[in-house]
Amino acid sequence: MLEIKNLHASIDDKKILKGINLEVNAGEVHAIMGPNGSGKSTLASVIAGKEEFEIKKGNISLEGEDLEELSPEERAHQGIFLSFQYPVEIPGVTVTNFIKTAINESRKARGMEDMPANEMLKLIREKSQLLEIDRKFLSRSLNEGFSGGEKKRNEIFQMAMMEPKLAILDETDSGLDIDALRIVANGVNKLRSKDNAIIVITHYQRLLEYIVPDYVHVLHDGKIVKSGTKELALELEEKGYDWLKQEATV
Amino acid sequence: MDLKDKLLSSFLAFENTLDLEHPVHEVRSEAIKNFEEKGFPSKKEEAWKYTSLNSLQKVDFSIFPKQENTLDYKDIKKYFLHEIDTYKIVFVDGVYSSYLSETTHDGVDVCLMSSAFSKPMFRPVIDVYFNKAASKDESLTTLNTAFCREGAYIYIPKNKMPKKPIQILHLATGNEAALMLQPRNLIVAEQNAEVQIIERHQSLTDNEVFTNSVTEIFAGKDAIVDYYKVQNDNDSASLVDNTYISQKDSSVVRVHTFSFGGKLTRNNLNFYQDGERIDSTLKGVTILGEKQHVDHHTLVHHAQPNCESHQDYKGIFGERSTGVFNGKIVVDKIAQKTDAFQQNNNILISDKATINSKPQLEIFADDVKCSHGCTIGQLDEEALFYLRSRGIPKKEATALLMYAFANNVLESVRIPELKVRINKIIANKLGVRVGFEL
Repeated sequence: MLEIKNLHASIDDKKILKGINLEVNAGEVHAIMGPNGSGKSTLASVIAGKEEFEIKKGNISLEGEDLEELSPEERAHQGIFLSFQYPVEIPGVTVTNFIKTAINESRKARGMEDMPANEMLKLIREKSQLLEIDRKFLSRSLNEGFSGGEKKRNEIFQMAMMEPKLAILDETDSGLDIDALRIVANGVNKLRSKDNAIIVITHYQRLLEYIVPDYVHVLHDGKIVKSGTKELALELEEKGYDWLKQEATV
Repeated sequence: MDLKDKLLSSFLAFENTLDLEHPVHEVRSEAIKNFEEKGFPSKKEEAWKYTSLNSLQKVDFSIFPKQENTLDYKDIKKYFLHEIDTYKIVFVDGVYSSYLSETTHDGVDVCLMSSAFSKPMFRPVIDVYFNKAASKDESLTTLNTAFCREGAYIYIPKNKMPKKPIQILHLATGNEAALMLQPRNLIVAEQNAEVQIIERHQSLTDNEVFTNSVTEIFAGKDAIVDYYKVQNDNDSASLVDNTYISQKDSSVVRVHTFSFGGKLTRNNLNFYQDGERIDSTLKGVTILGEKQHVDHHTLVHHAQPNCESHQDYKGIFGERSTGVFNGKIVVDKIAQKTDAFQQNNNILISDKATINSKPQLEIFADDVKCSHGCTIGQLDEEALFYLRSRGIPKKEATALLMYAFANNVLESVRIPELKVRINKIIANKLGVRVGFEL
């Protein structure tokens, strides 16, 4: 589904990604781990199309289609979803109105009519139950005054509503207590299917106890230095990242 | 002949049409003397550094319209907040239109300054309030005072509240090549009275219009006044709005100014706190494009202890537009425990747009809380990316962010239909249609 080949990306001429190769197939969950500053969030942003980053070399494609020329919104219309580490507050725009706008803009881009109101309502009800979100929450301004847990739950709620082909969860576990983590992970697990793929970006192994990955990759200094199965995550938890850094420099 | 000379010579003719025995005659005579001495403000004056009236003074404005014009309601309906029932005081080219208006004397007076000046029953109110809050030496205010004849007169007696909000609408038809208007409004809410007022100036053609308006608002003890100014005029209309507010103990006055259009707009908004536990709120949203210019000059004078003021002005400036915010807060020595808050945030969305923002605090008391903040920035790129990554196109995402930026000013609008209308004007101004009422 997602194919990344020899990806080099920079911001303000500072090289961040230095040759990433990654293939993610439908039905798979990949975890990308690594120390701070290794380029994890940059990789997520580059896949989602953040314009500050410049792709110097290599390419990214989704279902065989090159993404490089597409704007962030066009990538969203193609089925890419990024759950943000720091979701942005939008005062005056309710969660419900925001998600309606997002869904209908995507439908418009695909040449479809707006989703009928009753259908939208049903979908919102169904997906908010999945994430244990109550109705009052839906009429609050997007992310304004939300706790860390509420923000992340809201991100996964949006993911559930938009049903992306490829979801990237960027540090979704940061700032979550154990209950919120369980709810978020449970929501993500229910959204797993043979038709979609998920990339989980995390610093810690904790989230991966709940969202069990098929593959684990370790990012260091802009490169994937090690790939393996879920056991690799446990090894990292035990040994930290230093042994990999040494291995990489050797 | 420049505009000042024309005005001075017109004054003589104007006086001949009036009752020279009326006490207001003396006020007018004093006022024209002041204007004659001072003339139009120039850019050399600090308060007018960023706003020039030079080009307006070269226009050959008609001071008095030659003929009365009639308009069809259907043609101007959109300028009213027609979704709700309101009293209406409508002027066409400065002349009262009874056909378009709906006034009342049922417990409250919602009518005209010309009646208030001429009818003896209004005389006690005129004697106590007229020209008592307005400046006696600011030249444009005195110019208006010299020519005062018509405008809205609203008197709410003790413990009363009109059945519905009041709209004041000034229309210019363009039947004159260039027209100068000088409406004069007097609004009095006596003790524990309450009133909501919406004011709008609208030119209907491309002919030049210059409005120099003065509004005096008096809020008695415990009174509540909400005043909404909708400024979305076309590009040949200029407005100088001088508003003077005087508040007594525990009164609440909130003025919202929505500036979305017009060639040149200057708002002089002056609050005087003449009592304790007063709450004064000044809020504004300014969204400009093209070569539009809006200058907000606010003054809050804390003259008594234990009062509050809240100022929050948001500005979004595109293309070659220019904005000014000058917020002055004066706290007298006696005004201990004052809580004065001022905030001015601006976003520039074009390299050619300009904003000049200046807080001006003069504090003579030592036990006060005064805070002010001013920001000038660009649109938050991270926030824009967030919205776009949800499939919302750049233009709509930009509009949503601007809306969010201006939102807390809109939150305190107490007429829901007006809030919806303002949102529509904003969406229109930003050129977007999103799936819900923006």
